[in-house]
Amino acid sequence: MSELLQFLLSGVTVGAVYALVALGFTIIYNASDVVNFAQGEFVMLGGMITVFTYAAGAPLPLAALVAIVATAALGVAMNKLAIEPARGAPVVSLVIITIGVSIFIRGAAQLVFDKQIHSFPAFSGDDPLRILGATILPQSLWVIGGALAVFVGLWLFFTRTLLGRAVLATSNNRLAAQLVGINTPFVMTLSFALSAGIGALAGVLVTPITMTSYDVGLAFALKGFAAAMLGGMGNPKGALVGGFLLGVLEGLTAGYLSSQYKDAAAFIVILGVLFFLPQGLFGRKSTDRV
Amino acid sequence: MRLTPKSVTLLALVVLIALSPIFFPSGFYYRIGALIFVNALAVTGIVILTGWAGQISLGHAGFAGIGAYACALAPVHWGIHPALAVVLGAAISAVLAWLVGRPILRLKGYYLAVASLGMGILISMVLNNERELTRGPDGIDVAELGLRGVLKDAGLDLSNGQFWYFFCGIVLILGAWLALNLRDSATGRALRALHGSEVAAKTVGMDVARLKLQAFVISAVYASVAGSLLALQNKFITPDVAGFMHSVEMVTMAVLGGVGSVAGAIFGAAVLTLLPQVLTVFAEYEQLVLGAVMVLVMIFLREGVVPSILRKIRGRGE
Repeated sequence: MSELLQFLLSGVTVGAVYALVALGFTIIYNASDVVNFAQGEFVMLGGMITVFTYAAGAPLPLAALVAIVATAALGVAMNKLAIEPARGAPVVSLVIITIGVSIFIRGAAQLVFDKQIHSFPAFSGDDPLRILGATILPQSLWVIGGALAVFVGLWLFFTRTLLGRAVLATSNNRLAAQLVGINTPFVMTLSFALSAGIGALAGVLVTPITMTSYDVGLAFALKGFAAAMLGGMGNPKGALVGGFLLGVLEGLTAGYLSSQYKDAAAFIVILGVLFFLPQGLFGRKSTDRV
Repeated sequence: MRLTPKSVTLLALVVLIALSPIFFPSGFYYRIGALIFVNALAVTGIVILTGWAGQISLGHAGFAGIGAYACALAPVHWGIHPALAVVLGAAISAVLAWLVGRPILRLKGYYLAVASLGMGILISMVLNNERELTRGPDGIDVAELGLRGVLKDAGLDLSNGQFWYFFCGIVLILGAWLALNLRDSATGRALRALHGSEVAAKTVGMDVARLKLQAFVISAVYASVAGSLLALQNKFITPDVAGFMHSVEMVTMAVLGGVGSVAGAIFGAAVLTLLPQVLTVFAEYEQLVLGAVMVLVMIFLREGVVPSILRKIRGRGE
């Protein structure tokens, strides 16, 4: 029993990170129909920039803030320099552009930072908490809390603020949104900033547990993408549930089946979802007008 | 007689492959040439899938992995001749592509990209983890094809590099010829029609899902044979051949050269195979340059380098 609980707890922790990455995917996908494969690099940047700013002498909260703001700025730059000029290009081109950006960021990170593995101290110490015979690190609670807080924040933003509703309107119908006076290019910029910032936050929260290096981004991107698919692409609630579900599945696979194949869980989930429920758990069936 | 674009492409390819060795300063260049041909073969498969059928695969390296490890494992475990192992690998890849593609290609959109991504990573994970069979990440030796010995007995004595250069060159010419024939066949025309408008293709009675599935299976066979050739000429293979980055490289080569044309595919393969050789001096910048090239080509030369240049030359033609 305590063993099962232990696997569940570690699964929920990684699941929270996947949920954050999946939320990032969802925001950009909704605003622009682009599946942003560079999403994982934002997680890497969040961790790495915090590490180096902290090492340069800044207090940890300030370093984390710097990392999140810098990464958000980079997201905006990505939109302006790589996505906007290619507007109207076919999906193949956009997918390749985002993969290109992710390789570029990884290449730049290994030059600007280094190829070592880094970490920084956990926010609330390293003494594990005991729950019913299982243990959990205080940092895990930070990660889980972070994911839930971001989700609630996004929900309030999208339903309670004018700006958030403008984003929703743009994702429903770009042209119609433009016609009623919504500044759609600004909505795109905002979406990339938000998405990159959330990715960086995930990186900041998880680095004390998993450590970070210049090449961790790809794995996060693929897992987060799997989570978004599982929940139903474009649905924030789906992204949250999909993330936690995928994390738990991975935790159970690692615990009971094989730790070597724990990463396989995500990709078997992708194939299973596509074979049996292509719209994901919360996705709506889409139809095309000709 | 007026030459069709098809014969121009093939003729240019034959001349390039036959005459390039004149300019090779050392034997090392044969090896680079053979690598270019192997990559070009795999990328020709991508042209069929992405350029003509309009589907993206992010897991084609998985098929290359199957082709490569078929050549590594089948001769040792089942005593199959390496040449037959190539066929076996291609058959396994085709069946797998059919199994994965059949349910997925009924859906509209980029789902094949996602499914193939998952499939490719699972294949590379199995190759890395099943150490007892594949020896894991360190790689495994591959048997000798034996054709060079046969040629030697027949009086044609080639160095190892020369043999693989010409052998891969001939396979590439064959592959390009088949692809170009396919392009002009009823299936090829139907594929390009559905790329233009899936709804229109469906309206005139085309079985869209089946056509896309055919393209996926054919392109999987191309990737698998390319993987086999790579394993056989290196006599050694590691699971990297099936890695995600290799899949991305294949798509990038195709898109860089021009995903709609076989000539473009070969050009893209040549550039991206040579790039790391040139960049070894700046190995640290390799990823930076590769990423920048991908983004810039997609923004400024959307159709790829070769079609964009051809269009410039022809003026407003087409």
